[in-house]
Amino acid sequence: MLQVDNKSLSNWERIKDSDIYHSFIKSPTAIVSSTILFIIFFCSFFVELITPYNPFDPSSLSLMDAFTPPSWTEDGLAKFILGTDGQGRDMLSTILYGCRISLIVGFSAIIFSLILGVGLGLTAGFFGGKYEMIVMRLTDVQLTVPSILMALLVDGIARGLISREMHDEMAIYVLIFAIGISEWPQFARVSRAATLVEKNKDYVSASTIIGVSNIIIMFKHILPNILRPVLVIGTIGLALAILAESTLSFLGVGVPPTTPSLGTLIRLGNDFLFSGEWWITFFPAIFLVILAFSINLLGDWMRDTLNPKLKK
Amino acid sequence: MTFLKINNLSVDYQMRKETVNAAKNVNIEVNKGEILGLVGESGSGKSTVGNAIINLIDEPGKVSSGSVILGDINIHENSESVLKYRGNKIGLIFQDPQTSLNPILTVGEQLIETIQTHLKLSKEEAKNKSINLLKEVGIKDAETRFDNYPHQFSGGMRQRVVISLALCCEPELLIADEPTTALDVSIQSQILELIKKLTKERNLAVILITHDMGVIAETADRVAVMKSGNLVEIGETKKILIKPQENYTKSLVSSVPPTNKKISRFVIIEKENSSKKENNIKILNRWTKKEIIDQDLVQVKNLSKSFEDNFFTENSKNSVMAVNDVSFEIKEGESFGLVGESGSGKSTIAKMIVNLFKPSSGDILFDNVCITKIKQKSELMKFRKQIQMIFQDPYSSLNGRLKVKDIISEPITLHNPSISNIDLNNYIYDLLESVELNQKSAYRYPHEFSGGQRQRISIARALATQPRLLVCDEPTSALDVSIQAQILNLLKDLQEQLNLTILFISHDLPVVRQMCDRIGVLKDGKLCEVSNTEDLFLKPGHKYTRELLRLMPKIESIYN
Repeated sequence: MLQVDNKSLSNWERIKDSDIYHSFIKSPTAIVSSTILFIIFFCSFFVELITPYNPFDPSSLSLMDAFTPPSWTEDGLAKFILGTDGQGRDMLSTILYGCRISLIVGFSAIIFSLILGVGLGLTAGFFGGKYEMIVMRLTDVQLTVPSILMALLVDGIARGLISREMHDEMAIYVLIFAIGISEWPQFARVSRAATLVEKNKDYVSASTIIGVSNIIIMFKHILPNILRPVLVIGTIGLALAILAESTLSFLGVGVPPTTPSLGTLIRLGNDFLFSGEWWITFFPAIFLVILAFSINLLGDWMRDTLNPKLKK
Repeated sequence: MTFLKINNLSVDYQMRKETVNAAKNVNIEVNKGEILGLVGESGSGKSTVGNAIINLIDEPGKVSSGSVILGDINIHENSESVLKYRGNKIGLIFQDPQTSLNPILTVGEQLIETIQTHLKLSKEEAKNKSINLLKEVGIKDAETRFDNYPHQFSGGMRQRVVISLALCCEPELLIADEPTTALDVSIQSQILELIKKLTKERNLAVILITHDMGVIAETADRVAVMKSGNLVEIGETKKILIKPQENYTKSLVSSVPPTNKKISRFVIIEKENSSKKENNIKILNRWTKKEIIDQDLVQVKNLSKSFEDNFFTENSKNSVMAVNDVSFEIKEGESFGLVGESGSGKSTIAKMIVNLFKPSSGDILFDNVCITKIKQKSELMKFRKQIQMIFQDPYSSLNGRLKVKDIISEPITLHNPSISNIDLNNYIYDLLESVELNQKSAYRYPHEFSGGQRQRISIARALATQPRLLVCDEPTSALDVSIQAQILNLLKDLQEQLNLTILFISHDLPVVRQMCDRIGVLKDGKLCEVSNTEDLFLKPGHKYTRELLRLMPKIESIYN
């Protein structure tokens, strides 16, 4: 009887033993960027616990505190680390609240386009034929339209369809849909290409011969095997989605000012830039840069690690 | 006279978890005018030694000790010194002629480039030299072929071009790393003849790295056997193959399927598996064993399959007949072999029988029911259950994301959804046991297993539906000989105990002889002949069969 010697590993040991874990430990970029991301995610999702201020509770605001510069400058107050805006709201808390909106929109949009893109790409690659041709030509057409234009278009149409009262409420969903619909072709392309490779492998034939149905083959067998490249572009897509959200909000078609995201904050602060209150727009902007940059660095590291072709 | 001397060569690969010694204190000498065969199974370090001579070790490996002396110069003195000899005094031939030539340069340009890099010749002189070289390696009409691109040559011709490239700077040492593994038997023998001829004519020292004992027996003057980085034995080919001293060499020689006789089992020296005969009985309890009755289980009638390239053209002008009017029968309980070279359509036939492809015309009858015309899914499932397949590549035939348990349970639960969890587990254990794997393996992922073990998992999965027909498509061609012997033994045992009918597809004639009762020979999609195994080998009827038999490398040729 052939024995397999090494003992069974628990899941955590398995992770610790994996190449991905070791490549992570060895890469300062990955560690730094994921630490930053973790801090940002944690702070923005538990913002109520972290900051003493609720910038959206008008009773807690005092106009006396308006336009306080950051704490390290001459007129700064220690209780407002990054200063306050024109209504006396603490910038740091506002940014963290805004960041939460940005992240929610970014994540939801990317998950939406991931489901749409992978679903279409996987089925297109698997079934082939006319269906595949239609899906792929659709992606080609959409790739000729700049994604921000696409999002603006969706937003414009939605504005026309949704009544004025409903608009603020629906804005965030419209935004998610608009960004999501403009990002899916990438996912469709990558997952179709990966599916074409996987479906010709013998394990798929083996399942067919056993009599497994196409749906199960697609989702149980092929899907887990094409997730790697999809996750890599998904990470980079997340940064793009957050940036797209900010751009749209900056242009005034994103989330309403009552629930500001990072992009909204930058736009609002922009008005004060030339009157000397630079911090109102500067900190949300630098926050956005750090967030997008960290996601991109993490995505780069993932691409290098998960792509065996780039391995040295 | 000793030309190449490898002293105490060690190569280490510094990995994350451990240091792998790919070669440990290897001492080899090669004389001029002789071919030294370097054999071993995968991972034995044979290619590492070949690459170490010319310092072509990939990162993170490095030569940790030892010297390589060519003539009387130590070419490993410093890292640059090898460069002077690589391509110049030492020529190289790689395994895959598809990738060792640059597809966007003509053959001539590549030859001229190589010649001018090493020798001070004018373009005109270099051209003349290249044409002469092409003629020397047996390329007809060399003047016109000179301007052709690699894709205009066939596989064998391309390998000739690679050889001419290796020879173009008058090397004295030639390292050929599996030069014929990617080629069909008929071309293989031509290339080996060419290498033999060139060795004599040019008085070359040749190192022939291969895993094929037949090739060694027919070409090498001396042979060095390697195992996990160690040199096991070195000596005259005849001596080593007929009277091996070391246990490893003995087991290696005994696991090579003999070409001149049929044996009942392969002798496996290294592993004792005396206790295994009883193991299979457990799955027998679940098996509705079919009594063998003398009837045809499978009838293939005038089967044809064409692959149409109708992307640009709608007419069938471009269609390739992969299978052309093939008819044969497989009797219940027998092993039927299909042999042929690459492109002969043998895998296509297998895929049509298991219903992965639809035939263009013709019928396949299974148990007297035509299975190619079944429309209803439930009807089809009945046959899916009875026909299972084992694939060639054990690395792609298992889904790496699923545990072995889930891989094997898939067919069971699909065809028997009401099976209880305990029963399912027991059945999986029984199946694993029948392919000689332990119960723990159920909870591992495929990447934790070696190629041979993966093939066993594949077999267990195929047996899970209790099939009557097992289609084996080159089940051992990706495996080492000793593993091949084990897998073939296993298949034989299983067939005997479970009364399986086997369709065995292979390009390897000795293997087919050991495995099959009757054999069909395929060429270019057409069936040349079908006959009983021993008849086919002793008095082949078709001239293509005779040709194949003549050309196959025979380990027994050493006795002549």
